Amino acid sequence: MPYDSIVCVKQVPDTANVTAEAMKEDGTVNRGALPAIFNPEDLNALETALEIKERHGGTVTAVSMGPPKAGEVLRECLYRGADRAILLTDRRAAASDTLATSYILSQAIRTIGRYDFVFCGRQAIDGDTAQVGPQCAEKLGIPQITYLEEVVAIQDRRVQIRRNMGHGWEIVEAALPVLVTVIASANQPRPPSIRRVMRLKKAKVIAELAAEVKDRMPDAAEEKVQAEAQRRAEELKQRGLLIEQWGLDEIHADLARCGMAGSPTKVHRIQAIVLKKEGFVSVPDTEEGIRGLIHELVVDRTLG
Amino acid sequence: MPEPNRQGEVWVFAEQEEGSLNEVALELCGKARELADRLGVQVGAVLPGAGVKDLAPRLIAQGADRVYVVENPCLGHYQTQPYARVLTTLIERRRPQIVIYGATPLGRDLAPRVASTLRAGMTADCTDLEIDNVVEAKSKQEHPNLLLQIRPAFGGNIIATIVNFDWWPQMATVREGVMALRPPDPSRTGEVIEEKVEISETDLALKLIRRHLEPRKVNLKGARVIVAGGGGVGSKENFKLIYDLAGAIGGAVGASRAAVDSGYIGKEHQIGQTGTTVRPALYIAVGISGAVQHRAGMEDSAKIVAVNKDHDAPIFSVAHYGIVGDFKQVLPLMIKAIKEK
Repeated sequence: MPYDSIVCVKQVPDTANVTAEAMKEDGTVNRGALPAIFNPEDLNALETALEIKERHGGTVTAVSMGPPKAGEVLRECLYRGADRAILLTDRRAAASDTLATSYILSQAIRTIGRYDFVFCGRQAIDGDTAQVGPQCAEKLGIPQITYLEEVVAIQDRRVQIRRNMGHGWEIVEAALPVLVTVIASANQPRPPSIRRVMRLKKAKVIAELAAEVKDRMPDAAEEKVQAEAQRRAEELKQRGLLIEQWGLDEIHADLARCGMAGSPTKVHRIQAIVLKKEGFVSVPDTEEGIRGLIHELVVDRTLG
Repeated sequence: MPEPNRQGEVWVFAEQEEGSLNEVALELCGKARELADRLGVQVGAVLPGAGVKDLAPRLIAQGADRVYVVENPCLGHYQTQPYARVLTTLIERRRPQIVIYGATPLGRDLAPRVASTLRAGMTADCTDLEIDNVVEAKSKQEHPNLLLQIRPAFGGNIIATIVNFDWWPQMATVREGVMALRPPDPSRTGEVIEEKVEISETDLALKLIRRHLEPRKVNLKGARVIVAGGGGVGSKENFKLIYDLAGAIGGAVGASRAAVDSGYIGKEHQIGQTGTTVRPALYIAVGISGAVQHRAGMEDSAKIVAVNKDHDAPIFSVAHYGIVGDFKQVLPLMIKAIKEK
């Protein structure tokens, strides 16, 4: 029996590999200078969906919410075997916290319509919250199974999944549809298929086309740019290479639940961690010396 | 969205498994006590399960004023939706102003589902919580006594402070081992309240087929602070000082291979090439000379404090702070300074 999967993927700054270029003079990280990558556990989520498709048939649809540049990770999904890719991009979605993000993603999933599985990576390496998956499941009104390590069996629209509980595991069974979050140890994500890269490397979303046109004709009026982008999009569509792009209107989102307006949590303050390593600070083994050390560790938030 | 309930209690989700409380729930009771005292309100602990009522006195001894017990046979094994039903029902019924959960795999599965149902804010994996007045940047409106939710983000390259102005309750998960575990006070009194929550057939969406639990190991990987002892500690008895400092600071206990081989402490505590590799926010190396095999397992820690008698010990080459001296004098001074901070 074929099964249809939707995979939520995110493009993230590579926080785990801070390059020399991204380090600022003062020892803090310039986040804008970090390379953008496919969120690692989202690749495991994609792999899980592709394996189900290979074994049982069905389709894999990749969805990403982000700026036009996130078209890059959707192409990566197509190269690996996804059948369809959709970019959710809308200025009004900027500054969404996990609650607003999960609302927007769930509206997109409803708009796609039919599905048996929704797969997400457990968490994204920029925020490490692990909240968007469970919150999407709640919004869709379906069960969630977090920390998938192995799909044990799928039969008659029921699935058995082994989930990692940190200090052990359990196998649970649920009727489809379900939302599943996947951890890194679940599988080894496949590399892109060369044949698919050749066929699909020109696939683009219309926002990327518009940016290209703007680069080519910097002095052109906005209308003209849009018209040219539209023309190129038609051409790509004819060749089956247009990656779909949806805004908040296409997914019938309530604007009060999106972006800043739809986000209960606000960032009040950001402190950069300063990395220094030029010999050690010698602390005298006196009561005063040690009190000074503890105070310093409290001030720089090493100690709570 | 209802008005924030500024008289609301501070709640802790009392995570338990097979009838025993997860230590993080006890740590959080202490933190909730501190927050509630600051706000002048009471501490509540929510304890769902099957046959768990006997755990209530322990939560009271750790700082809870009220324990809301929800007994139901279908809560025997944790499952997201029935547990989320319990939390959302009680939160809507009693309207706490703050709810905190341990950032365990279970807590991080449950808390976002609850937040989504309530359409409330949720901050993951906090390493500190404070109460303070906050002025909203745009409107200049002052919000009194908000919960400051402090957490590392961006791969630990920044520390973010998150607030929730009015979509209450204010909720967060808190990393294990970060809040100091206070000594229980058996003389504290509190109220045990049995609550009824309707759990529907559709809430019970998952069927448990099989489960395999390992005994809880020393959680070195997840620890934010590690106090590690080496061969220089000298004896099993002396290791008690290492434990005392770890307890005061809310950290885990680690050890070098020399300490493990000498039988001062179990192998599960070993850090280094043949043990666990760690990168906590703070690593305090006590009586560890710093052989390259040990350094390989800890040198990526954000801050390293080395305590050693020998000022030529190689551990100082990776340290940010060094104290040359006798740990038997230094550690009690550190414990004292932490208690006074």
